[in-house]
Amino acid sequence: MSLEKSDVEKIAHLARLSISDDDIPSYADNLSNILQLVEQMSSVDTNGITPMAHPLSESQRLREDNVTELNQRDHFQQIAPATKNGLYLVPKVIE
Amino acid sequence: MFEKTISELASDLQNKVISSVELTQAYLDRIQQLDGIYNSYITVTPELALQQAKLADGRIAAGNAEILTGIPLAQKDIFCTNGVKTSCGSKMLNNFIAPYDATVIHKFHQAGAVMLGKTNMDEFAMGSSNETSFYGAVKNPWNAETVPGGSSGGSAAAVAARLAPAATGTDTGGSIRQPAAFCNLTGLKPTYGRVSRYGMIAFASSLDQAGPMTRTAKDAAILLNTMAGFDEKDSTCANKAVPDYTAELNKNLAGLKIGLPKEYFEKGMDAEIAKSIEEALDVYKKAGAEIIEVSLPNSSLSVPAYYVVAPAECSSNLSRFDGVRFGYRCENPVDLEDLYKRSRGEAFGEEVKRRIMIGTYALSSGFYDAYYIKAQKIRQLISQDFKEAFEKVDVIMGPTTPSTAFKIGEKSNDPITMYLSDIYTIAVNLAGLPGMSIPAGLANNMPVGLQIIGNYFDESRLLNIAHQFQTLTDWHTKSPERLG
Repeated sequence: MSLEKSDVEKIAHLARLSISDDDIPSYADNLSNILQLVEQMSSVDTNGITPMAHPLSESQRLREDNVTELNQRDHFQQIAPATKNGLYLVPKVIE
Repeated sequence: MFEKTISELASDLQNKVISSVELTQAYLDRIQQLDGIYNSYITVTPELALQQAKLADGRIAAGNAEILTGIPLAQKDIFCTNGVKTSCGSKMLNNFIAPYDATVIHKFHQAGAVMLGKTNMDEFAMGSSNETSFYGAVKNPWNAETVPGGSSGGSAAAVAARLAPAATGTDTGGSIRQPAAFCNLTGLKPTYGRVSRYGMIAFASSLDQAGPMTRTAKDAAILLNTMAGFDEKDSTCANKAVPDYTAELNKNLAGLKIGLPKEYFEKGMDAEIAKSIEEALDVYKKAGAEIIEVSLPNSSLSVPAYYVVAPAECSSNLSRFDGVRFGYRCENPVDLEDLYKRSRGEAFGEEVKRRIMIGTYALSSGFYDAYYIKAQKIRQLISQDFKEAFEKVDVIMGPTTPSTAFKIGEKSNDPITMYLSDIYTIAVNLAGLPGMSIPAGLANNMPVGLQIIGNYFDESRLLNIAHQFQTLTDWHTKSPERLG
């Protein structure tokens, strides 16, 4: 599997990462090499094998739907880049 | 004093040979004096440390101290520490003052331990050499031209250089065991779910696990006693009783069945490493253990499967870093997409971006089955191999790493070569088993690690086996010559 410039641009967009044009060739090379390493998986027949998502087969715990946390909005927003009236600010989305 | 283990320091504190303030100050002075060479800490917290030490001395005087009360420790900078910068080795979190404590940090705090500071690490724990840190490479105290391993390289270097009596690490594909091997330490990655992941910045959530990095197995048992246990705040934390991990350290090894995976020894293992491992096995044979060949036929697929599973989970976990709620934000974004893309593009390093992109690709429409589901099936096969092996043996042994510590810069331009340096450790994370690395010899004056892999929740046995080795050999007491 060898990735083209356009593939890297598409993946970077999906991942919301800005990548400079100069860096694209090295990303294309390195990512292609990693995919080549990963390709070794295809040498094994895995028909009928159950995919393993988690090391312990226990199911996820459930709990009562009660409020357990305190509201710490002001505390948590102290480290935010930009807030106003308890809201996080981002560039205008709706004109 | 800097050669003393935690258990020795604890009795000095109880017997008032030294106070925690004196001990803490001595370590802080030593860090200031020597860490310019090693770069093992990202943040040193002298005021907080002395404040905690004073409280600890009060507890000791009042007679309600625990074994870790007053003991200085270094914490990997992946654990959130309330009011203290928690960077995870990344420019993304260079300005992040954590607003709460990770459960591991909280537990050490309750036990009265003192935090000296936060240790350097590969960015977001992605790396095997500590070279991907935004804060620069860490030097191995055994040879400053070589890497300490990664991602818990700062923790390893700090303990090896005697800049902390012990430290915490986290291990997603070998990040406790490989640096422990490179720096002559005892490192334990517990069973997945044994230690809470709450407040431990996530890399690959189905693989990440925290554990101790110490000078001896006894110290590792002492730290694990505090770290392990159920936590409501981590939905994957095991709800299982925590035994006293020091209780079985002295158990006799007669009749122990040690499995040797033939696959590990078939393919060109470094001769010097092979020699150390054989000598270590002889020690166990003399102690009454039986060596049995086992097979892990799918072990060569662990690196390929890992480089789908881990990046996939990383791409999902790291989507939270968006420049909106905390962390780095780019200057003057023109719109929301620009804000996301440039904040992430400017603040993540190259290796992190690579892994996010691999994961994004593997999870993208049309490729999901071929990569992600395929990798999860391989993961099942790898896990099955271990299950079958553990029907015949109690533990599995082999080298921790294919080589001793490599040179800084040697592998940093070639991701694949770097990835293959974790070839012996990664399968353990995929299966979720506990694994240890203990000092087993020197090759060309550099440490060699013996890996001991156990069955699920068999940490007591691993620690027993490691401790017995340390009563029969003195490799774990060796320190880098230049430290004197």
